[in-house]
Order: sequence, then structure tokens, then C-alpha cells
Amino acid sequence: MVQSLDRSQGRSGGISADAAAPATFTGNRALQIEEPLIFEMGQPGRCGVDLPEPPKVKDRLNGLKRAGEIGLPGLSEPQVVQHYTRLSQKNYAIDMGVYPLGSCTMKHNPRINEKVARLPGIGDLHPLQPVSTVQGALELIDGLAHWLKTLTGMPAVAMSPAAGAHGEMCGMMAIAAALEARGERAKRKVVLAPESAHGTNPATAAALGFTVKPIPANERGRVDLSALKAALGPDVAAIMLTNPNTCGLFETEIVEISRAVHEAGAFFYCDGANFNAIVGRVRPGDLGVDCMHINLHKTFSTPHGGGGPGAGPVVLSAALAPYAPYPWIVKDGDKWRVAEDGAAVDGKPLGRLKAFHGQMGMFTRALSYIMSHGADGLKQVAEDAVLSANYVMAALKDIMTPAFEGPCMHEALFDDSFLKDTGVSTLDFAKAMIDEGYHPMTMYFPLVVHGAMLIEPTESQAKEDLDVFIAALRSLAERAKSGTAAEDFKAAPRFAPRRRLDETLAARKPVLRWRPSNNPPEGDPMKQAAD
Amino acid sequence: MIRYSKEHEWIRVEGEIGTIGITQYAQEQLGDVVFVDVPQAGRKVAKGEACAVVESVKAASDIYAPVSGEVVEANAGLADSPGDVNAEPMGKGWFFKIKLSDKGELSGLMDEAAYNDFVKSLG
Amino acid sequence: MRYLPLTPTDRRDMLSVIGAKSVDELFKDVPASARLPGKVSGLPDHLGELEVERAFQNFAAKNVSPSTAPFFIGAGAYRHHVPSTVDYMIQRGEFLTSYTPYQPEITQGTLQYLFEFQTQVSLLTGMEVANASMYDGSTGASEAVLMANRITRRTKALISGGLHPHYRNIIETTAHWQGYSAVAGKADPEGLEDLIAKVDKETSCVVVQNPSFFGHVRDFTKLAAACHAAGALLIVVVTEVVSLGLIKPPGEMGADIVVCEGQSIGNGLGFGGPYVGLFATRDKYVRQMPGRLVGETVDADGKRGFVLTLSTREQHIRREKATSNICTNAGLCALAFTVHMTLLGEAGFRRLAELNHAKASELADRVAALPGVKLLNDSFFNEFTVRLPKPAAPVVEALAGHRILAGVPVSRLIPNDPAVDNLLLLAATETATQAGMGPLIAGLKEVL
Repeated sequence: MVQSLDRSQGRSGGISADAAAPATFTGNRALQIEEPLIFEMGQPGRCGVDLPEPPKVKDRLNGLKRAGEIGLPGLSEPQVVQHYTRLSQKNYAIDMGVYPLGSCTMKHNPRINEKVARLPGIGDLHPLQPVSTVQGALELIDGLAHWLKTLTGMPAVAMSPAAGAHGEMCGMMAIAAALEARGERAKRKVVLAPESAHGTNPATAAALGFTVKPIPANERGRVDLSALKAALGPDVAAIMLTNPNTCGLFETEIVEISRAVHEAGAFFYCDGANFNAIVGRVRPGDLGVDCMHINLHKTFSTPHGGGGPGAGPVVLSAALAPYAPYPWIVKDGDKWRVAEDGAAVDGKPLGRLKAFHGQMGMFTRALSYIMSHGADGLKQVAEDAVLSANYVMAALKDIMTPAFEGPCMHEALFDDSFLKDTGVSTLDFAKAMIDEGYHPMTMYFPLVVHGAMLIEPTESQAKEDLDVFIAALRSLAERAKSGTAAEDFKAAPRFAPRRRLDETLAARKPVLRWRPSNNPPEGDPMKQAAD
Repeated sequence: MIRYSKEHEWIRVEGEIGTIGITQYAQEQLGDVVFVDVPQAGRKVAKGEACAVVESVKAASDIYAPVSGEVVEANAGLADSPGDVNAEPMGKGWFFKIKLSDKGELSGLMDEAAYNDFVKSLG
Repeated sequence: MRYLPLTPTDRRDMLSVIGAKSVDELFKDVPASARLPGKVSGLPDHLGELEVERAFQNFAAKNVSPSTAPFFIGAGAYRHHVPSTVDYMIQRGEFLTSYTPYQPEITQGTLQYLFEFQTQVSLLTGMEVANASMYDGSTGASEAVLMANRITRRTKALISGGLHPHYRNIIETTAHWQGYSAVAGKADPEGLEDLIAKVDKETSCVVVQNPSFFGHVRDFTKLAAACHAAGALLIVVVTEVVSLGLIKPPGEMGADIVVCEGQSIGNGLGFGGPYVGLFATRDKYVRQMPGRLVGETVDADGKRGFVLTLSTREQHIRREKATSNICTNAGLCALAFTVHMTLLGEAGFRRLAELNHAKASELADRVAALPGVKLLNDSFFNEFTVRLPKPAAPVVEALAGHRILAGVPVSRLIPNDPAVDNLLLLAATETATQAGMGPLIAGLKEVL
């Protein structure tokens, strides 16, 4: 007999989401299908692959053959396809619409990139094949390197870092290496970073033994130049600066900043997370940057993939180029070679940061995107991204509250003063956007703005779609300001696959894997059907 | 005798031993506490030294020793029920006990009335 | 431009709402000296899809793909058959084009597969808990050393001579710049190294690999006990995760942290990346673990759901006190791993491992029978080391000239060490065929 109609119920039991809507037998709601874990689905003797019977050989495992079950469930191929397809339908994605997550640059991910990355002559290559058999792959990496160097106006690039934060580590190591070569590593222990910096900046600097000293912002949301000058001294190794900054603003005094930093004998690390605002229009090399990582998954459209993989090549100035980590892709005549550990290069590499040669799959996709746009298209990318952000800002500034005056770059930053005394918080406002069919903007970042809402529309959205998005935000802002809708906002989202989740419970009693003991309770209709 | 610090810690002194925790105001600011990292017994701490960490879902805050001394006991109960810090910040939610090395340091802390005024001044 | 939806009319209308005369006005904060008058010079203009595809076909044509040649290369990246379902699944836009699951209400798909991934990794490694993946195995190994340093409050790591040389290089690089000590043993092609005697009260961790870079399969139970007696941790690295289908897992040997390169399952060779790092440990160390973690909870209606949790370890909250500066995991590669592993299941994964071992056994016997060639392994999984009568690098190069991809000369990864010049690493997975082994044996006979 069926005891419970909600087979997805969790540890504290199921309650109907909406009393007005009748419960369904399965717990599903049309396209919203409740999906168990694979560990609750498997049957012994079922398998999703057909492999031949292995020949009987005497094992050569030094007596270390695995004993006992691993505990992996057995599923057939159709079950696997259905399971992951159903899971996919619980995700929001760029492919579905406006994804205005500020500082993440959620732009269109072209499918030609996926196609060329899967050509057997590119996707199916071993990194340690003889270099004579991978000349095309090395040419491809060198080709992307050429674009990155030219677009940034920098003489060198280290390709191997696996993500932005990894690139940051690489760049800061290169700075440490240059200081070591000058005999100043022990003396210069301070890294300056604005209060609005991404959390990775202080994390990276601290990991390398630097002391992080915050630099305040002025009332215009830019680095306070006089405070910076006061902080510069013979103990400063570098400044880490995002430009355009995390408030979506260009650092107007960037040239003075970089001059002051260099005069003090320090280096200028630029966090390139927001390169999309200026790509093809401004070369960071012209601003006096010593190194900058480039998140290929932001500016150059490699897929975000639910949180990776990324790639974080770092462009380097002439002063830092000799310290680029292994491997170096070097062209000798008409042949490419890979200079690996110990191989002769014209420099003093800081070491190695990643096995093999970097995130080739991401290089391929980024180069495909870059070639599709060309120098003309990339310039247009920056212009359309900045235009779209300013359009959103202009269309909302009378009803929401921009954090700063004047035009923004590629993202529009609002604070929560328009929600004052409404009982609605930034979080509530963002969750209500989910019910309107949007992924929320970035919230509570940067930290320097109260209740921050950071909207980055990117260049990928049609004006009609931006207009609907703007109208939806206006409607939400009006409802919030009416002062009578706070409870509604607190209850949002109502129509997503899940309502708000209990993050306190998750952190207090972490359940980080499935175990037989945290099985769904008895009375599960699926289990009963199987029995 | 109970004294308070500007970092929103309290210390209740009985003889040589002081019991330390965070105030009602601090727990309200943090929200639901999910984890407390307390110092091990035997550790010597100096006044102002970061010696414990209290975490909510989205924030982690250092706890600074309001006085110098040697940790004699940590609240083992917090491992299983960090929510005690929210429910009874000055009772079951205490963090650790310390053997004071200089009782004179207490004079730099606030009494209850002064602390209440301090909290009011924060708005 | 096909990716840019705004028309000239749209742009004009938008500018008028903004109240700007031109887009240039929006860039007025950029110092005039840095504003380019036009596009960046020296670069070509945009191309249509057909032209782009053609350009990449040209790159591809200059490479020799393993699908067209006898292939026996491993050394930390292995060529396995990836079922079509895997690649289809990871190209679904809902997975491919979503971001880090910061809004759990609309990213349960990503969160649930990561929870499944974490469970699979725990089971395979024999550990209690695993994170939602690292960049790859090599960077994961370096993060494991940092984690051990935090836990033990010590700064001396001992590195086995059987660890993949790139992994060792990364640990050494990080150690140098972050200010701790990494003491690496000599390359250990015979698998004779004894690390127990080297563990002392200053040791934070010992890093070993199983099977080793040279292919040896070892039991680290005694080493684990020695580490624990000295207050140190044992880190076990696995670069061929398929081996865990047949070999006793590190968790059962007493490992404290296990790091695997997960590329073999679900992820192609891809010329070195992106891959996926598996990272597992004991429950008691979970708060010192780097990387993202997904945990189970309930929503406002009491329904089971998943969220990112224990994020106070991470950089966006702890900033300079974070356990690591890492933000990204290898989400999509972790999905590929999970889908492939789910297709395999218990029976398939074990059989896959047996097939690999059988193929490598056959190859080892045939290569060892060649005159002057000595097999250095009495144990191995799907890869082993042979000593040739002459330097291995030119032999491999000569065979490449015959379109045979014949393994990795050890000197490529350990240069300037005459002791390894004649050593060749050979791997055989389930993809190796009789038709491929024949030319390799014949080729070796010819050039040796």
C-alpha cells in the first residue's frame, strides 16, 4: 500500500509545497520530475556498458587485489540517460536566457567551439606524444598565445594555469621570482589590494607569504590615489587591482596608479576577470600592467560547465616574462618544440604549476571564439557589453539605486537603499527573480556596497530580451516598495525545482555523501513498486 | 563578575578562572552559528590574540582573547550543537575557560552597563 | 556578427535611453592615452563558421591522433574508450552553460551530480569524504601537501621517487614560493625505495603514488602506520584511477588524503587538459580540505535538496585566511566522470580494470621477450617500465616516424639523469589491440 505520495521527501519529512495544488502520486509536477540518487536506483547484475570477458591471466598485483564490493550501483544505459537528463532540467543555464551574474560574464557559448575541440586530431592527442606528432596542437596553442599577447599589448604569456585563481598564483609567483632575482624578496613583503577586491587576491598573496594591506576606495568607487601613494614604500611588492574594478567601474587614475607603483619599485598585478569590458578596445599593456590573468571562460566563452573547468593564461611584461613557468612552447624555424622541466629556455622559469601543457580543450574553444569574432568583432563585444550594462542601469536607475554616479563599464551595480524599510532584503529580491524565470544577479559582492546587486548582461542578449528583464525587475522593485509584499518575497522562489534550502542544517550536520543509512524513508513508492 | 570587550566577547571570572563566550548582540549579528573552532586546553594565549573561530553559513569571525592566560577547558558540547551559541550565548554556548595570568587586564574591559551603552552607540 | 544580437537601430535606441551620443562616451573613464582609435591592429577580422572549422581541421591534420596509430602512451594520462552517452550528456546546455551552483533552487542538477560524484570518489578511494573535484590530479597533489601542513602544523613534506615527475615539480615549485620544504627521493624505477626510515617528527606528510610512476604496485599500510606514529599524514596519489577497480584502495592502507587524476573515466586525452582531480580524506579533516563541497539538506517544504556547504573555508569568505585560493572545480569533467562511472557500475568498472591488466600483461610479456629488453616490474597494473639496450628517446622518435606511438621515454620527464636514459614506460589499456601490438614489437625489433 502506498503510504506517502512524496518520494523525494527528506530527513524531516515532506510537506506539500502549495496547499492549493493537489499532490501528485509521483511527487512530480509535469516537467519537474523528482529524481533519486543513482545509489537508490541500481540493481546488481545491471550494467550500462558491454565489455568483453577478460582473458584469464595470473595477476601481477603484488598480492594487493581489491577485496569486497566497491559499492557502485548498476544501471543500464537508458536509465543513465534519463537520470542525467532529468537532473539537467533542474538547472538554469545561459542557453535558457538572461544570466546576469555580475563578475562572471555569462555570455553565449558557441557550439562550433565544442565541435572543433572534439576533432580527433585535437581532442584525442596525448600530451606526451613525440612533439613531431603534435605540431598542429603546438601551433594552435602558440596561435592563441599570439592573440592574447596582441589583444593585451603584452610581450609574453604563460599558458598553463588551470583557472583564474591559478593564474593569479602564477602571476604573483612571477613577481616573487623577479623580486628574488633583485635580492628584494625578503624586503618587500606587502601586497596592496583594494577593499573591493575578489577574495582570491588576498588569498593568493597570503599563500605566498605576503601581508595584505587594504587600500580604501574613494566616494566614486575608485582606488583612493592619495591613500595608495601613502601606502607605497620600499616594503611593497605589488598592487593587485581589478580593472575595470569589481564595482563595474574603470579606474580613471590607472595610469597614475601604475606610475606610482613602478616608481616605488613594486609590480602591478591586474586581475583580468573583467577583461570583457575592454577587450579589443583597450590594451592593458598600455596601462602599465606587469601581469594579468585572463579567465578564458569569461571573456572568451569557454563553457562554465557548472563551475569549471576554467583556464587562466597570464600575460606578462618584459620584466616578468623570464620567470614564466614550464612548459614553454618555442618555435624554432618552422617547427615547434615544448621546453619542459630542465630544457633550455631563455629565462629562469619559476617552476611548474600543472602537469603537461595546460587546458588544451579550453585553448581550442577560446581560439575558435576569437577567430569567429576577429579584431573587429571583439571590439564590438566590449562595446555591446558596456552598452547593455549602461542600458540596464539607465532603465532601472529611477526605481533601484545605483551605487555610484556616471556610466558603468560592463556591469551595473546597485545597492539596497531602494529596499530600505520594505522588509525585503537583497536576498529576497534575488530569489523573487527566480520565479520570474531569471538567474539572480550577483548579490552581496562587492563587499564595499551595502546589499550589493551586480548585474552583468553581457553582449549576448537581444534588446527585446533585455527589455523584458528590465520590466520584470521594475515590477519586482515596485512590489517590494509597496511595503505589503515582504512575506511574498520571503517565500520566493515558489516555482523552482526547490524552495529555499536550509544551509544552516547542511553546515551544522554535514552530509557530504550518500550512505545506505541516509536512504529515503520507508514508504517510498518507487521502492515499493520495485519490491 | 562579568566583563565585556569591544569585540563582543564576555568573560565571567570566578577565582582564577574566566569563562569566555560571545554576547547576545554578537550572535544576532552572526546569524545561525554552524561551527565553532575552540582552542585546546593547555594553549597559552595573549590578550588580543585570535584564539577561536565562530562560523555561520556565510561568515567566519575570529574570537580574540579578552585577557591573557592558559586555556584550561574548551566547550566540547559545541561540536555537536553549535546552535547553543545562538540559544544561550552566555550559558550553554560558552567557548572556553582560561586561567588568567594577569587579573589587572580585566580593568580594561567594560561592565554590563558600559557594554550596553557601547552596543547602543553602534545603532 | 552571428553572436551579437544588437542591431545598429537597437544600439541607437539604447544610447538614447542612456542619454549618450555614442558608445565612446561610455568609455570616457578610460584615459585618453589608452583608448585605441580603432580595433587592435595586426589581427584578422571575423570569420564564418565554415572558415573557423576549416582552420581547426588544418591544425588537426598536422597531428597524429592515437585513433590512427598503434598507441602505448600513459605516464599520467590514459586512453580509454568513453561511451557516447558521456559526451552527449555533458553537452546538454543545462550542464554545459550553467555556472557554479550558487543559487541552489535552480541548480539542483549540478549539485546532485556533484553529490553523486563525491560519493563515487569516496567509495573508489576507500575514504570517508571527497570534495567536488580539483583542477586535476597534479594540482590536487600540491593542495594535499598544503592541507597536511595545515593539519600537522609542520612544513616538511617527503616526496617518493615513484611520484609522477610533473607532480613532484609542482609540489617543489609551490614549496619554494610558499616557503615550506619538500624533500624528494631519487627516481625509483625499480620500486625499491623505503621511506619509513625517513619519517621523523618534523615530517608533515609523505607523498607516494600507487601504482608508482614506473608502474609498481605497493602496499603502504606499514608506511601509514609509521607516518601516524610520527604525527605525519600519508598522501596517496593515483594517476590511473581505473586501477582502483582491481587494487586495494588507499583508504584500506591507512591513507589520510587520497588524490587521483580522474581523466581515465569519462574524459579524453585532450592533449593534457582539462582533466579532473579527485580529492578524498577522513571526516576529521574535512574542514581543512580545499575546494568546493556539496552537502545534503532540505528545502522550505522539507524536500531533500543539495547545497554548496562549509564554504567558510573558501577564499570568497575567508580571503587571506582561506584554506586555498581555489574558486573553480572541474565541474563538467566531474560530470563526465560521474556519467561514465554510473554506466560502468560495480561490474563494469571491475571488468574494465581486469581488461586493462590483461592487456598490459600480454604487452609486458611480448616486450620483455625481445633481446636486450628488461622488464623492471614484478608488479604493475596497466603500465610498466622496460630498460632498453640504448637510449629510449631516439627509439620512440624513430617509431613515431613509422606512425607508432610507442610509450614515453622516462628522460622526457626526468631529464639530465643518465640512470633513466634507457628507460621506456609502456601502457596498454582496453583500447590496445593485437593489431597494434604487432607493429610495436616489430618496430622495436627493428630499431633496437
